[in-house]
Formats: sequence, structure tokens, C-alpha cells
Amino acid sequence: MARLHALPLLLAALAPAARAAGPLPEHLGETGLYARGGTDEIAAGVLGFSPQYPLWSDGAEKRRWIRLPPGTQIDARDPDRWVFPVGTRLWKEFRLGRRLETRMVERTRNGWRFATYVWPEDGSDAVLAPPEGVRGGVPVPGGGRWAIPGTADCQACHEGQPNPVLGFGTLQLSSDRDPGAPHAGAAGTEVHLEDLVARGLLRGLPPSLAATPPRIAAASPDERATLGYLHANCGICHNRLGPLAGVGLDLLQSVSEGPDSVERVRASALAVRALRPVGGAEVRVEAGKPEHSVLFRRMGARNPLDQMPPLGTEKPDREALTLVERWIHSLADRRTP
Amino acid sequence: MISKPMLLAALSLASLALAAPASTASTQVKRGEYLVNFGGCHDCHTPKKMGPNGPELDTERLLSGHPEQMAVTPAPALAGPWLAATVATMTAWSGPWGISYSANLTPDRETGLGAWTEQNFVDTMRTGRHMGRGRPILPPMPWQMVKNLTDPDLKAVFAYLRTLPTVKNRVPQPTPPASPAPAPAAPAK
Repeated sequence: MARLHALPLLLAALAPAARAAGPLPEHLGETGLYARGGTDEIAAGVLGFSPQYPLWSDGAEKRRWIRLPPGTQIDARDPDRWVFPVGTRLWKEFRLGRRLETRMVERTRNGWRFATYVWPEDGSDAVLAPPEGVRGGVPVPGGGRWAIPGTADCQACHEGQPNPVLGFGTLQLSSDRDPGAPHAGAAGTEVHLEDLVARGLLRGLPPSLAATPPRIAAASPDERATLGYLHANCGICHNRLGPLAGVGLDLLQSVSEGPDSVERVRASALAVRALRPVGGAEVRVEAGKPEHSVLFRRMGARNPLDQMPPLGTEKPDREALTLVERWIHSLADRRTP
Repeated sequence: MISKPMLLAALSLASLALAAPASTASTQVKRGEYLVNFGGCHDCHTPKKMGPNGPELDTERLLSGHPEQMAVTPAPALAGPWLAATVATMTAWSGPWGISYSANLTPDRETGLGAWTEQNFVDTMRTGRHMGRGRPILPPMPWQMVKNLTDPDLKAVFAYLRTLPTVKNRVPQPTPPASPAPAPAAPAK
């Protein structure tokens, strides 16, 4: 009986949480990204940021922003898994000749939710896309179409490891930026790690990381850029922490591990037999032989059966392929006494 | 002081409580077997052999997918309203998507689902992507219908598949179409 009496109390306690998020706004202009009444001027309190290792998005120009609820902070005690306050919102805008879509992730009381807003060709305010996305895509100036992801597509990447915020973390915002990172661009006025600490938006960051911004402890500049690229583009799913841990490929860097992180990534890829051969390649990474390396072959494939990443791109990243090719060749040189 | 009847009752309850997990697991497996048998999984995932009344399940190879030793020649060219062709085992299908081979669903770790987690299976059925994140699952796998099962039902199916006799059978990878074909759209990210 005690349990029955407790049930209404339990439901009452849960009800505000369930209601807290409310429905997603129908238009991007209502999400808090822009100054009231517009879709160009960014609202006060919204901060731009730029990860040093961006995700390849078929060459689209991207801009990103974050907004924390006033008076709140990000908990960075675990520097590999920041905890964001309820109400945090992040946006990413995609542009190819015109604004195509702007994605938003939001932390609610019940967890993270994902949405995307599609920009009409007339430039008016972007409209919330349906949960299944727009598979046929929207027109791109000059030809071609841009596919809009559905919620399940968002979850496939953002829920591939415990931290659903992928481009806003200790390594990605380090001011010790990697000059060899493909498509990164120079750091501008956007926030980086020290800024966040100075603004009081980040608490608990381990002192060693606050004193010395992290970088990947690789053996060469090419390896540093390669491992950073793989961290951002592959490690979000291929890691030891998420649903694909059983695959045994771990490309996710950890700033708390330091140099061990590089060794762990190398050990999971170099000379390890792939679960699935591709075109005669059977090893994940074979030193000195990019064409015999499944990782390289699948990065370059856009056949839906072989391509990696399996979603979010329809064109291979030539700049990254050149980088990875150089790195694989360099691994053979390194082994030579 | 506890009376003997009360003690016996308490012991009985305790034994029921201890037995509950096994019973629950058994119920889950039975539910999964029911869903698999009804849901048409055998149609493609169990090789067929020809019997007096037509194709029959090869019960030695239940749900072990397309037999790896079976040579598959190029599919016949189809014309008119014909869209797809299959082989005698009904485990390989040719169509505009290329050639797909039904997966080994037995718990063999190297060639079946032995290394999969329950979550991998549920994610695959929900999204139509290998392990919920990888390549698209190809026709004729009707994941679009299977995804409508509840979480407990999908987990029951997986629990039943874990009880199958292990069959070591490395199913071939899909063969892409000879020319560009209507492939599942890859959403931009």
C-alpha cells in the first residue's frame, strides 16, 4: 500500500521534468540564437566557437555557437566529458552558397535533444525539419542537393559515446591549435579554453590542463593532425566507451590520458585485422601501405556499403586522405632502424 | 519467534524470488522465439532446401544466413515488371541495390552476432543501419516494419537468437550494383 500511496507523489515529482523542455520552436529565430526579431545578428550571451579538428561536411562552410543559461557553468572536472547545465544550447550553421540548415542540440532535464532548421531559398527564417529529415535534400546554388538528417541520424553520431557534445571540449578548444588540421582555419575571436575559464563559464578544469593547453602527443606534425582528424571524424563512434566498443577500434583521444591516448589509438589500428576486408585490404592500418589499409580505403569510398563515415557525407575528403596517406607511409619509415 | 508455517512460507517466497530471473529469462526467450517464427526471419536467414512441397527450412542451419560455400553467379538480367531475383536457398537477393546476403544470426563470435550487444541489435533494427551506425541494411530486410516492435520485443528476439546453436558461417559482404543505383540517401551532417 505504501508503494501505491507513493506513486502519485512520484508522478508529481516527475511531471515538471517531463514538461520542462516543451515543444521545439517552429522557427530558428525563436531558439535564442539571434537578437530579437532577426536572423542575422547573434544574440548577446551567445558565444561563437571553432573546434580545431572539424568534422568533414563535404566542404560546407560552418559556424557554431553555444549559449549557457545565465549564471550557470560547465563542469569540467572530467576533462574528457564536460557536463553542461540544463538549458545549454549549441547551434551549427551549414552554408554552401547560401545558408542551408542550422542544427541545434539542447540539454533538457530529460537529456539531450536534437533538431535541425532548414533555410528556405528566399532567405526567410529557417523552419524546423520533420523528425525523419529531408532525404531528398534541399537545393544548393549552382546545382546539387543537400540532405537534411533525421533525428535518428543525429543520435547515431551524437550518442556514439558518453558525451553528446562533440566539437566543444578540452581538446577541441585548446588554444594550442594544430596548424596541420584539415579545414580548421585560424582561430579568430571565438572562445577557447582559457576564455571559458576567464569568463567563469568553466569550472573544475584540472589545473595542469588550465596551465598548459592540451595537444595530441604524437610523433610528428602529420601524426598529430591525423590522429586529431580521426578523433573528430571517426572516434565519435569508434571508441571504447560507446555502443561500438565491441568492434575494438578506438580512435578517440583522451586529454586526461596524455601520451597513453596516442598509444591506445595506434594499438587499436596498426597491424590489426579488420572485421571486414575492403577491396583486398584486410588490415586496419598497414604501415607504409595506404592502399592495403582498410581505414584509408573506407575513408575514400562513397559506395554506401563501404564508405566511412557512413552518414553525413557524400564526397571524400581529399585533403584528409592526403594527410592520412602521408601518415601511413611515415609509419613504415619509423619502423626502419 | 517465527512459527514453522511462517518460516516455510518465507522460504517458499525466497525460493520464488530466486527463481524469478531464470523464469523471466525463459519467458523472454519464448517470446523471442514466437516473434522470430511469426515474423518471417527464417524466410531469408535460414537456407532452404527443396522438398516434396517446395522450399523447406534446412533445420541444420537455422538462421545461419547465406551459406558461405555456395557459389553465387551473376544474377539474370531482369526485364519488365521484374525487380529482384533470389537463389535456391533464398538467402541471396539481387536487385537495384546489388546483391545482398542474409546475415548469420547465430551467436558465433566471428561470423554471427556473438560479438553484438543487445543495444547493437536494437539500434540496428531501429535505424536500418549496421549496428545502428554503420552501412545501410539492404533489401529485402524489412527493418522498416521490424522497427515498430517495442523495446522488450526486440530484446526478446535478441535473447532468443543468443540461444541458437552456433553455426560458423562467414556470409559474403554485399555486392554493390554494377552501375549507380538508387541507394539509401546519406544525410548530410
